[in-house]
Amino acid sequence: MSAVADKKDNGIVLTEAQKRARRGRSIAIAVTLATLVVLFYVITLVKGPGLLNRPL
Amino acid sequence: MTRIPSLAARHPLQPSAVADDARFEPSLATAGDYIALLKPRVMSLVIFTALVGLVIAPGHIHPVLGFTALLCIAVGAGAAGALNMWYESDIDAVMERTAKRPLPSGRIGRDEALAFGIILSVFSIVTMGLMVNALAAGLLAFTIFFYAVVYTIWLKRFTPQNIVIGGAAGAFPPMIGWAAATGAIGLEPILMFLIIFFWTPPHFWALSLSRADDYARAGVPMLPVVAGAQETKRQIAIYSAVLLPVGMSPWLFGFAGAAYAALSLLGGALMVAFSMRLLRAVGQRADRVAKQLFGFSILYLFVLFAALLVERGFGLAIGRLSW
Repeated sequence: MSAVADKKDNGIVLTEAQKRARRGRSIAIAVTLATLVVLFYVITLVKGPGLLNRPL
Repeated sequence: MTRIPSLAARHPLQPSAVADDARFEPSLATAGDYIALLKPRVMSLVIFTALVGLVIAPGHIHPVLGFTALLCIAVGAGAAGALNMWYESDIDAVMERTAKRPLPSGRIGRDEALAFGIILSVFSIVTMGLMVNALAAGLLAFTIFFYAVVYTIWLKRFTPQNIVIGGAAGAFPPMIGWAAATGAIGLEPILMFLIIFFWTPPHFWALSLSRADDYARAGVPMLPVVAGAQETKRQIAIYSAVLLPVGMSPWLFGFAGAAYAALSLLGGALMVAFSMRLLRAVGQRADRVAKQLFGFSILYLFVLFAALLVERGFGLAIGRLSW
């Protein structure tokens, strides 16, 4: 069986470096999302009901 | 004026070919590569000048909203940087200074960079509009458009005046900061805009003097490439001379105190002195003086805005003129 067919059978297998890079990206996305959740929550507290009461 | 053949005509490397293969392989891009797309060093100056505009503006903005405005400005500036790298990946690939960036090195694909830039642009503008105010959001949108489209796509490969006109994009942040705090624009943010606008040509041309070969190889019509080193030095001297009174204008209009006046006079005079030394220098000495001027220009802008921040932000402006 050719190397290409082998690769197809097993799907894409990540190397250690690719796994490390993916883990780093996932952590960065998680931290960014968590920060935004906290920020928007605090902004909502600061602005109060005025946040929704705005001219279009 | 020397005509530079387009990069596409001289290099088989087309923008779309730079990193397209990357999409067929699992990515090796790290979070740091995505941060590099945001041009963090440029972003730091943007954040600082925007902070000064925000703090010295009259009125009050809640610290959380002030932080949000700065975050939006920082992310918007970063998004413009990502869009710039998306469009310029062909140039970056042939320039020594930029060849290791995430796109030319193939760690991030062009499509990813484009999507990253667009998403962050929309996110920063919408958040600014919803959480701060519409004027600041509009100015931020215009700044991103100006940098990504007017400067990057149109001017940069078309005219040696690219960084003169394109420099306006870097001059908007203090105005956006001011607009975030007040919801309006006054004379003071316009003066801050003008300081950065007239500071950009001597700052950038001093750098490009030592990178002329790189720009010529990439087919970018920077002033040293199309008009020569001597003409560039002359233009640097002219803009430095104009920058001196423009740098002092916040004091002349009564917005800043004596400390700012002294620092802006001294800094402006040193900028002129460096540019005159550069005008007379030749060979390796000219390279050295150009690098000194480039380094000093960063210090000059930082000191001027720091002085405004201290004087106005903390109410220490003594010796203000009144007309």
